[in-house]
Amino acid sequence: MDKFAVKVFVRLRPSVLDPAGEATKSASIKLGAERIKSLRIGKMIEVKIEGNSENEVREKIDLLCDRLFANTVIEDYEYSLEKL
Amino acid sequence: MENFTVGIVVFPGSNCDRDVSWALEGCLDIRTKYLWHESSDLSDVDAIVLPGGFSYGDYLRCGAIARFSPLINALDDFVKSGRRVLGICNGFQILTESGFLPGALTANKNLNFICDDVELDIVSSKGGWFNDEGEKQAIKLPIAHGEGRYHCDSDTLEKLVDNELIALRYKNNPNGSSFDIAGITNEKGNVLGLMPHPERACDETIGGTDGLFTLKSLILK
Repeated sequence: MDKFAVKVFVRLRPSVLDPAGEATKSASIKLGAERIKSLRIGKMIEVKIEGNSENEVREKIDLLCDRLFANTVIEDYEYSLEKL
Repeated sequence: MENFTVGIVVFPGSNCDRDVSWALEGCLDIRTKYLWHESSDLSDVDAIVLPGGFSYGDYLRCGAIARFSPLINALDDFVKSGRRVLGICNGFQILTESGFLPGALTANKNLNFICDDVELDIVSSKGGWFNDEGEKQAIKLPIAHGEGRYHCDSDTLEKLVDNELIALRYKNNPNGSSFDIAGITNEKGNVLGLMPHPERACDETIGGTDGLFTLKSLILK
């Protein structure tokens, strides 16, 4: 059985307002980064998981992303996977 | 009607369960029973309230973890049987996360936790949850939430409008909700989710009684 490290990124969909991102952008500008054009906040979830194959692990991660990690009404997700 | 029992679901982190019980028992003389979230036996309750609070600490997203409790898994058959389910605040968030109602609830536009009384227009009384007869087409209820901004895509919004599924709209949108939406029902009308708290408006001495009608309508068939 192989071990995999997965990094899942969950982001608000572009059409969904991100008030926390807007507030952080405004604070960034106050710190002197006036040229910031856009700042949006997402989540990164790190998973370590065992599986017989990369495909088997991808199936599990797809399920977790779709059903739990992200709410696809308002969020998109993507992930990277590394065999340990 | 004497034996009619409303089940009030208790998740770790629920904090309006006792308020709902007080309003139903004390103000309306309707029997209640607490249902621990790990229970899946809904055979002896006739209607269910998912109360406000912070189920599972609202980790990940509000309502996201509660969705996987045995009780919510059992809710599908309960809803299909036509019995009534009322989701208040965190209960509304759970109903959208678990797919009983469309859309999602996310952070308030101004990022504040808003605790206030709001004026609401009764848009539809599908399911009989609101009194839309006579002149009283608007009500005042308290809100208390940090993540109450209703969001859905334009197709869903069109469907909500066309099928009269929007129950309540804010007169002065406090949180940035799409189309000022404060509460919606499912197509059948037996599931209502709303951000305002009707259970906190059931006695004149605490500021109003506009929530009584909605709680009382739990006993409608």
